[in-house]
Amino acid sequence: MKKLKLKELESRLQQVDDFENPKLLLEQYPTRPHIAACMLYTIHNTFDDIENKVVADLGCGCGVLSIGSVMLGAGLCVGFDVDADALEIFSRNAEEFELTNIDMIQCDVCSLAARTSKTFDTVIMNPPFGTKHNKGMDMTFLKVALQMAQTAVYSLHKTSTRKHIQKKADEWKVKMEVIAELRYDLPASYKFHKKSSVDIEVDLIRFSFEKLPN
Amino acid sequence: MKLLTHNMLTSHVRGVRPGGGFPLRIQATEVKVNNVDFNQEFVARMIPKVEWGALVEAAESLGHLSDLPHQLPPEYENNEDFLRKVHHVLLEVEVMEGILKCPDSGREFPITKGIPNMLLSEEET
Repeated sequence: MKKLKLKELESRLQQVDDFENPKLLLEQYPTRPHIAACMLYTIHNTFDDIENKVVADLGCGCGVLSIGSVMLGAGLCVGFDVDADALEIFSRNAEEFELTNIDMIQCDVCSLAARTSKTFDTVIMNPPFGTKHNKGMDMTFLKVALQMAQTAVYSLHKTSTRKHIQKKADEWKVKMEVIAELRYDLPASYKFHKKSSVDIEVDLIRFSFEKLPN
Repeated sequence: MKLLTHNMLTSHVRGVRPGGGFPLRIQATEVKVNNVDFNQEFVARMIPKVEWGALVEAAESLGHLSDLPHQLPPEYENNEDFLRKVHHVLLEVEVMEGILKCPDSGREFPITKGIPNMLLSEEET
């Protein structure tokens, strides 16, 4: 497969359509193409956890991470999201890019487990940060992701919660590495944001099972 | 929904026995076959991960068994002909419209425009 450059990946991801009417309750913040491209490029080039892999994208929304994964050669990427409107946009995106190694499931990520346990090689996600109405949602997503992934989970978390996440990772006996620190410019998608955009610091974290299996 | 994805799906209706809710029975009203590039290495690596019996059953129920044997043949890794058939069934056959039925609870999950809806109501979880 032809090697895709970071710039190319980013510019292709800029053509992915986003939420039409973001839902506050679901924390539907779009994953900006720049962040998505940096994230996927690192996962692919440093850890080789995308090409020929079965990848799950939890809380996939309109699918930017899934689409990027398939562009980088994922054998199959399955997006999971609770919201039918987001999945419809995702589906349109996948069609427009003519991507074939992609699937979607509408479900509540929090209720996934059982047979999905360890069936995916890699889980990637930009989970709800677990603020406002969804306290602790990020950790629920992480817990599910760790059950589903065989090799590694890649997730974005607020830098301010790093200590808490490290504590949980130790508790769950998973290895945690912060592989990038990013500035996430949250556009003012919702009316309660007074400024036009708010920068928050986020960590791209890799969780793996090298120390002990979960 | 591809059959590889179907092979990883379980229903989570409350009261289903541990390890139950699998495999979901497919009642399809529309099936589409898409062209997907053949990746021999990927398919060979997927085979030990899939529940073979469930895959064969699903393919058969859609009328797309594509000559897959009920028993996994030995030394398939270099059998390109066989791997191409598995590739077809895992990735090219897609259920567009229909129903997934939980084998334990009988709960039905609709598939619309290729996307299964596995959402449960609060009472069901």
